[in-house]
Amino acid sequence: MAETVLTDPGQSPARLEGWRGIAADWASDQRAFKDVSWGKAMMWIFLLSDTFIFSCFLLSYMTARMSTTVPWPNPSEVFALEIAGQHIPLILIAIMTFVLISSSGTMAMAVNFGYRRDRFRTAALMLVTAAFGAAFVGMQAFEWTKLIMEGVRPWGNPWGAPQFGASFFMITGFHGTHVTFGVIFLIAIARKVLRGDFDVERRGFFTSRKGHYEIVEITGLYWHFVDLVWVFIFAFFYLW
Amino acid sequence: MTNAAVHMEGQLHGSAHDAVATGALDAKGQQHPIKLYLVVWGWLFVLSTFSYLVDYFGLHGYLRWSLILLFMMLKAGLIVAVFMHMAWERLALTYAILLPPIAVLVFVAIMALESEYTHFLRVLFFAAHS
Repeated sequence: MAETVLTDPGQSPARLEGWRGIAADWASDQRAFKDVSWGKAMMWIFLLSDTFIFSCFLLSYMTARMSTTVPWPNPSEVFALEIAGQHIPLILIAIMTFVLISSSGTMAMAVNFGYRRDRFRTAALMLVTAAFGAAFVGMQAFEWTKLIMEGVRPWGNPWGAPQFGASFFMITGFHGTHVTFGVIFLIAIARKVLRGDFDVERRGFFTSRKGHYEIVEITGLYWHFVDLVWVFIFAFFYLW
Repeated sequence: MTNAAVHMEGQLHGSAHDAVATGALDAKGQQHPIKLYLVVWGWLFVLSTFSYLVDYFGLHGYLRWSLILLFMMLKAGLIVAVFMHMAWERLALTYAILLPPIAVLVFVAIMALESEYTHFLRVLFFAAHS
C-alpha cells in the first residue's frame, strides 16, 4: 500500500487547471506535477538533461562551422549514393529518417494498445519498433564504414574543414548509441508485456517493484525523443 | 443461502470494484484514437519529404534556411505534442520541460556572436598566410 502511494498518482481530488494549476502544483509542500506519475516525470527530466547534452553538441558544431575559414564539406554530396546507376544526393539519410519516423508511429500505437491491455499487439508493435531501430543503426554502421573508407576521421576529412569529421562522429555516434540503448529497452519491456508481468503485477527482478502498463508509455517517451533529436540533426547537420 | 448470496455479491462487487480501480488507473494513461497517431505519422512523412526536397532541388539562401527550420519545428512540435502526449499533460510539467530548452537559444546567440568574432580574427591574422 505504501508503495502504491509512492508510485501511483492514485485517485486524487480535482486539480486546478491553467496558470492557477501551475502555481498550486509548484507551491504545495508536496510533490509537484500532481497526477503525473514519478516514472513519467523522471523520464521527462532525464530527457531534459539529454536535450542539454545534444544542444551542447549541436552548439559546438555550429561554433566550429561558423568560425572555420576552411570550406565546410557539402553534406548533400558527402551522403549521396549511387543507386542503379543514379546519383542521388542525401538519399541514405532520407531513408534513415523515414525508418525512424515509422518506428515512432509503431511506438505510439504500442502505447495505445498497452493501455487497452492488448498484450500481443503491444509487444508486437514494440518489437517492430525495435526492428526499425536496429535497421537504423545498421544503416548508420554502413554510413560510418563508407565515410571511414573515404578517409573521414575525427581529426580530418578529404573535402575541407577537419571539424566536419569530429562533429559527424560525435553527433551521429551519440545519437546511434541512444538508438541502440532504446532497442534494448524496447525488447526488455516487450518481453515483460508478452509475459503478462503487468497483468499479474509481477515484481521486477531489479527494482522488486510492481510494473504497470505505463512503462510502455515511458519507453515510448524515450523512443520518441530519439526520433525528435534526429529531426534536429537531420536539419542542422545534413541539410544545413 | 442468503449468506452465500451476500458473499457472492460481495465477491462480485469486490472484483468489479478492482476492475473499476485498475480500469480507472489505466484510463488515467494517455489514450487517444489510433487514427490520430496515423495522421501524425503521415504528416511526419510528408514534412520529411518536403525537407528532403529542399535539398534535392538545391534551394539556396533564406528560402532554404527558413523552409528547413519550418519543417523541423513542425515535425518536432508534432512529435512532442502528440506522440509524447505533451499536449495533454499537466501545464506544470509542460512548462518545466519546454521552457528550459528555450533558454538554450540565449546560449546559441552568444556562441554565434563568439564564432563570428573568431572567424573575423582568423581571416584577419591567419587566412591570408595559408
